[in-house]
Amino acid sequence: MTTLYTSDHEWLRIEGDVATIGITDYAQSQLGDVVFVELPKVGRSLKKTEAAAVVESVKAASDVYAPITGEVIEVNEALAAEPALVNSDAGGKAWFFKMKIADKGELGGLMDEAAYAAHTA
Amino acid sequence: MLARETSPLKQTPLHALHLARGAKMVPFAGYDMPVQYAAGVLKEHLHTRANAGLFDVSHMGQLTLKARSGNMAEAALALEKLVPQDILGIAPGRQRYAQFTNADGGLLDDLMVANFGDHLFLVVNAACKDEDEAHLRAHLSETCEIVSLADRALIALQGPKAETALAKFCADIGSMKFMDAGPRRVADIDCFVSRSGYTGEDGFEISVPSDKAEALVTALLDDPDVLPIGLGARDSLRLEAGLCLYGHDIDTTTTPVEGALEWSVQKVRRSGGARAGGFPGADKILTQFAQGAARRRVGLRPEGRAPVREGAVLFADPTSAEPIGKVTSGGFGPSLNAPVAMGYLPTSLSATGTTVFAEVRGQRLPLKVAATPFVPNTYKR
Repeated sequence: MTTLYTSDHEWLRIEGDVATIGITDYAQSQLGDVVFVELPKVGRSLKKTEAAAVVESVKAASDVYAPITGEVIEVNEALAAEPALVNSDAGGKAWFFKMKIADKGELGGLMDEAAYAAHTA
Repeated sequence: MLARETSPLKQTPLHALHLARGAKMVPFAGYDMPVQYAAGVLKEHLHTRANAGLFDVSHMGQLTLKARSGNMAEAALALEKLVPQDILGIAPGRQRYAQFTNADGGLLDDLMVANFGDHLFLVVNAACKDEDEAHLRAHLSETCEIVSLADRALIALQGPKAETALAKFCADIGSMKFMDAGPRRVADIDCFVSRSGYTGEDGFEISVPSDKAEALVTALLDDPDVLPIGLGARDSLRLEAGLCLYGHDIDTTTTPVEGALEWSVQKVRRSGGARAGGFPGADKILTQFAQGAARRRVGLRPEGRAPVREGAVLFADPTSAEPIGKVTSGGFGPSLNAPVAMGYLPTSLSATGTTVFAEVRGQRLPLKVAATPFVPNTYKR
């Protein structure tokens, strides 16, 4: 299992040909208290960098972009009931959605943990 | 960081205190202001409603207006040339909400006016304070002396525990009622205190000399019930209280009638009153009092969980092409645990309970017109 990161502060946990996607702890700390999450529909095909989800904090609405191309195969319904999970467990329970990876070659353009740490330093 | 170091933003006398207390600073009306502290907007909001919150509002303008003759009534009547409120009727030690109007009946700013016995004390919005002062000088200089109190900070202490927190430093604070205002000694400092605010809670606004501001705020923050609160929670608190934010919910294009501020225009200034009219835009405003206005500011409660924010366009139904209005303030109300908004609608669609639709990210979300305040106020009347 590998965890990769985007410069837009999303994380991807890669298991086989499935990527679980969420936003980083750094992102949630910048957003502030999350009050609403809008998730993509299961079955939707997303292109890399396409707006996939919306996270609303008390301050503002922010888009979450598809970090890779693929199909949405599952979304985290728990976030609808408890958006604050994004603040308390951004890297764990507050995953947003899972995608079937269309092109593993796209993963090469993402950051590993050390590179992401340097990116947010 | 670079932007902050090189920017020409002004600082309030409490700037160092904000930084020391871990505030996240943002530019606001030309000042470097705390938007939140470590607790975050949600906790700061809820703390204010449950305990007491302390706000730095020193960016706001403080002015005095005194008749050159020394006659207080002359100063009051002079100000009545610029606002549709009954200023003459403000009793000594009392404060009233007012607006500067323009020739079209729009609003140049909203403000607080207090009668301090021999002069008037005005608090105006930060973004408008230079224009307001120029406006006062241009129209009232002949009869009045206008002084900008740039050497004073302004803090607000708001919430159910505000009185107890302030009473430690000012013995007679408990005798003040909502909208009482006047000079008071607070912690042995000469202050101006009003029992008012911008949260819907009981509370106080305290004008304090700049060089004493940090000492006073530090003393108030020694109380574990008092937390510093940033502009983020100030906005969500005032929105839940249904209070207008100048430049958003009211501006130069909205009249007091359109803005649902009729309550703030006393009968004596309306048609048939002893001092009817005589302020800029009186014809239009008084006609609207008689005949109504085409549009009206209303409270809006989104039916789902998604916040509907400023600028969202409103429609009468889920498919109509014709916009009917716009959201002017919107966000999440932490005390309601739900989204709240305000906006303008045609008066015919402004009745409480009417369903309208806001376009958000390509979807039409239903909202219901709702009475304000969304959260009941707790003023000590």
